[in-house]
Amino acid sequence: MAAQAKYTLPDLPYKHDALEPHISAQIMTLHHTKHHQTCVNNLNAALSSLSTAVAKNDIVSQLHLQQNINFNAGGHVNHTLFWENLIPASSPSTSPSAAPKLSAALTSRFGSVEKLQEKFNAVLLGLKCSGWGWLVRDIESGNLELTTSKDQDIVPVGKKPLLGIDMWEHAYYLQYLNDKGSYAKGIWKVVNWKKVEERFESSPEGVFGILSGLRSSI
Amino acid sequence: MASTSFVRGKATLPDLPYDYGALEPSISGKIMELHHKNHHQTYVNSFNAASEQLEAAESKEDIAAQIALQPLINFHGGGHINHTLFWENLAPSKNGGGGEPAGSLKTAIESSYGDFSQFKTKFNTALAGIQGSGWAWLVKDNETGQVQIRTYANQDPVVGKYTPLLGVDAWEHAYYLQYQNRKAEYFSAIWDVINWKAVEGRLK
Ligand SMILES: [Fe+2]
Ligand SMILES: [Fe+2]
Ligand SMILES: [Fe+2]
Repeated sequence: MAAQAKYTLPDLPYKHDALEPHISAQIMTLHHTKHHQTCVNNLNAALSSLSTAVAKNDIVSQLHLQQNINFNAGGHVNHTLFWENLIPASSPSTSPSAAPKLSAALTSRFGSVEKLQEKFNAVLLGLKCSGWGWLVRDIESGNLELTTSKDQDIVPVGKKPLLGIDMWEHAYYLQYLNDKGSYAKGIWKVVNWKKVEERFESSPEGVFGILSGLRSSI
Repeated sequence: MASTSFVRGKATLPDLPYDYGALEPSISGKIMELHHKNHHQTYVNSFNAASEQLEAAESKEDIAAQIALQPLINFHGGGHINHTLFWENLAPSKNGGGGEPAGSLKTAIESSYGDFSQFKTKFNTALAGIQGSGWAWLVKDNETGQVQIRTYANQDPVVGKYTPLLGVDAWEHAYYLQYQNRKAEYFSAIWDVINWKAVEGRLK
């Protein structure tokens, strides 16, 4: 049997303390090395069970594994996108002016970048479960939209994720406790607008960045 | 309708039957305080706000608005009910918490799960299997009278066919300050503060 290629935890593009004071080093360390790592480990285990089930033509086990794969693969994809769309507050990429084309499109769609941020935060605070808030671009129409995904679901087919914000309690609780509004406000200080603009312009495949490379090596 | 001036009673935050620190070391006083004073209070406030909107929609006979409010009622009403039941089915170890179920509850658990330790293992597996936010419950099936373990997403309440007996909150806010990502430790420590008398009382 050929050794199965394993997904691995990506390195962060910055240090664990680099998003302080908006996201504490303690949160970033646990979030990256524990939560994200657990998704990667569980995904690899589920994929290995899946290949066994496929080899045995065991379709019932294959079906039973779907939920597990959806959750852990989704967790891996979402967190990878999340790390990449954040950057230390001192970087020039945290200014919407680093995303001139996207800023223009957001202004025509939402009125202004600030209005988009307000709407986005309302969407984040309205979540009634663990989940994510997303700025997405509809692939057909090119329209910009706000949406949420529950638990670790990725954005649906036909939508290209541009900016994802983790609203699981583990993403903010150690620092903000139940004050998720302050977390949602603070995170705009560390949004990597340059990266979000790259995704705005890139092919749907290209959005997944380092994940598309991984995908092709499986 | 003549009775549109009817005013519903408001939901209120119940007092805890013990001090915030009384469940230590299983659950820290800080967690209990935030969980009760902030999280539970928010469910109560938001439920009352949604109820008022519902009342207004009912008096206007606006069916679409009544339907649109259901997710809010379910979420915040569920959050209020679930947490109220949760506080009551916990007790400090030195004041009745922990140990094992007795009487008719013991019999019911043994009939469904063999013995208490197998039940505990299954309950912990159910808790660990919750993907996202949610609760694990021991419930009574009202048709068969049998008890069983069920998990519920988010703040979905135990209603309808089932009666809630024992609930454990598996939202991250229930353990994160103390256990961070090591949730299995929380699930194992909570058995020291289960109020089996209260659970048995719900079976009747
Ligand atoms: Fe959820
Ligand atoms: Fe996360
Ligand atoms: Fe809770």
